[in-house]
Amino acid sequence: MDFISILSIFVMACFVGYYVVWSVTPALHTPLMAVTNAISSVIIVGALIAAAAAGSAQGASTSKWLGLLAVVLASVNIFGGFAVTARMLAMYKKKEKK
Amino acid sequence: MEHVATPSWASLAYLASGVLFILALRGLSSPATSRTGNRFGMVGMAIAVGTTLVTHQIASLPEILGAIAIGGAIGWVTARKIAMTDMPQLVAAFHSLVGLAAVLVGWSAYLNPQAFGIAGADGVIEAQSRVEMGLGIAIGAITFSGSVIAFLKLAGKMSGAPIMLPGRHVLNLGTIVAILGLTAYFTQDQGLWVIAAVTALSFIIGFLLIIPIGGADMPVVVSMLNSYSGWAAAAMGFTLHNTAMIITGALVGSSGAILSYIMCKAMNRSFLSVIAGGFGAAPEAGGGEAREQRPWKRGSAEDAAFLLKEAESVIIIPGYGMAVAQAQHALREMGDQLKKAGVNVKYAIHPVAGRMPGHMNVLLAEANVPYDEVFELEDINSEFGQCDVAFIIGANDVVNPAAKTDKTSPIYGMPVFDVDKAKTIMFIKRSMGGVGYAGVDNDVFYMDQTMMLLADAKKMVEEIVKAIQH
Repeated sequence: MDFISILSIFVMACFVGYYVVWSVTPALHTPLMAVTNAISSVIIVGALIAAAAAGSAQGASTSKWLGLLAVVLASVNIFGGFAVTARMLAMYKKKEKK
Repeated sequence: MEHVATPSWASLAYLASGVLFILALRGLSSPATSRTGNRFGMVGMAIAVGTTLVTHQIASLPEILGAIAIGGAIGWVTARKIAMTDMPQLVAAFHSLVGLAAVLVGWSAYLNPQAFGIAGADGVIEAQSRVEMGLGIAIGAITFSGSVIAFLKLAGKMSGAPIMLPGRHVLNLGTIVAILGLTAYFTQDQGLWVIAAVTALSFIIGFLLIIPIGGADMPVVVSMLNSYSGWAAAAMGFTLHNTAMIITGALVGSSGAILSYIMCKAMNRSFLSVIAGGFGAAPEAGGGEAREQRPWKRGSAEDAAFLLKEAESVIIIPGYGMAVAQAQHALREMGDQLKKAGVNVKYAIHPVAGRMPGHMNVLLAEANVPYDEVFELEDINSEFGQCDVAFIIGANDVVNPAAKTDKTSPIYGMPVFDVDKAKTIMFIKRSMGGVGYAGVDNDVFYMDQTMMLLADAKKMVEEIVKAIQH
């Protein structure tokens, strides 16, 4: 993919983000932060590539260990972020009709 | 190892996970759809991780699975155990992890560029990738060290008071210019020292940027760091040419930016003045000389219970003090008792109440307060004129009429609740001595219709509940 296509996706995604986030109800702003936190850990993709590489290049071994450490950190966030969001969202209840 | 040959189905899979993340945020437009949205997010993440694992030759699967298991277990247990009142520091801690992960991924890409398909066999990294890598590492490092400071301040492990270094504006600007300059130089010289200097300076600037910001501005800081963690992921997405990372980074980046904007607006402060820091540093800054002794009325739990039971409508305004005192469950109990007695009870939440956006809503939800009894500032502010009791618990600046009338007040222009229009105001406060974070006196204390209930918020509410039952 060339740079311009990637940039186009990025700019469009910023606009999508803008409109989607404005429609989030203020009551759910804390879960919003928790879930954005979880999804920004998609950076694990980069960590996995580094950790998976076998390469015999000079820095490859260091790179692999840094990647593995990043996998640990991102996993904390993914599992923790989604779990804590789910926990919060489960608490939001409507008035019971009597 | 030949890279670049990302199969087209993999690109589609990354796109799908990006779309699922958009749906995850879309779900948060109402509590009813939010749970489904969260599941979309999890599926999106599973697709992204699965696709990466399938499309790359993996030399070390056991290590990778082990790393995921360790991280996942830590995250899961933390998420189960954390108290809802501690949510702001948890979010700050999570931000710091995203930042550090971005730094590590950037460094891995620098050390083994062939694996990421950004360098030829000679190991020379493409110039454009170097800029993206440099920016990704810089933003990640700022997110990391900034979030660590925010975490320490929110967790009370470090004083929430702003720490002001002399000449800090010059120092900060200089450091930022140096980071940008080094990133530009990085395109010419692929040397280790350049990227190491960018990393080190970015860690320092993240630290310098957050220490002068006071406790009251924490909602803005947490949102801002949320935004940074998104931009860091996006920068890495550019390096890796990965759509899932770019879409997510853009979403998270704009989300944090919008939240920061909402928080600034709710305090009538400009983003720059928050970043410059120092707010709430000097208590004598505003209205200090005006703090003469004025008469005020003290009430007891019994008085409060009597008035509350006789009221037709009560609006409860919770603030950070409620979170500190863990009074949300007692408060809901009081609300239930009053509803049983036929009183109309509503909750009013200011956008900056608490230490992060939506903090109070989560605490009330935790205490089983139905979310359709909880209202935002602009939706409920017109109702104070018809309300019998405005019940303020742990809030202060957000009900201060000086924001409407006193042009010299540091909080002038901030939207506040019109509690002064209510027939009776009950104000739970620990003592008369303390002032809000802004360090200004509050006229509401001395109004004729105000009853000061001086005690720990939780104890006071529990006593009121007991008195209502009698």
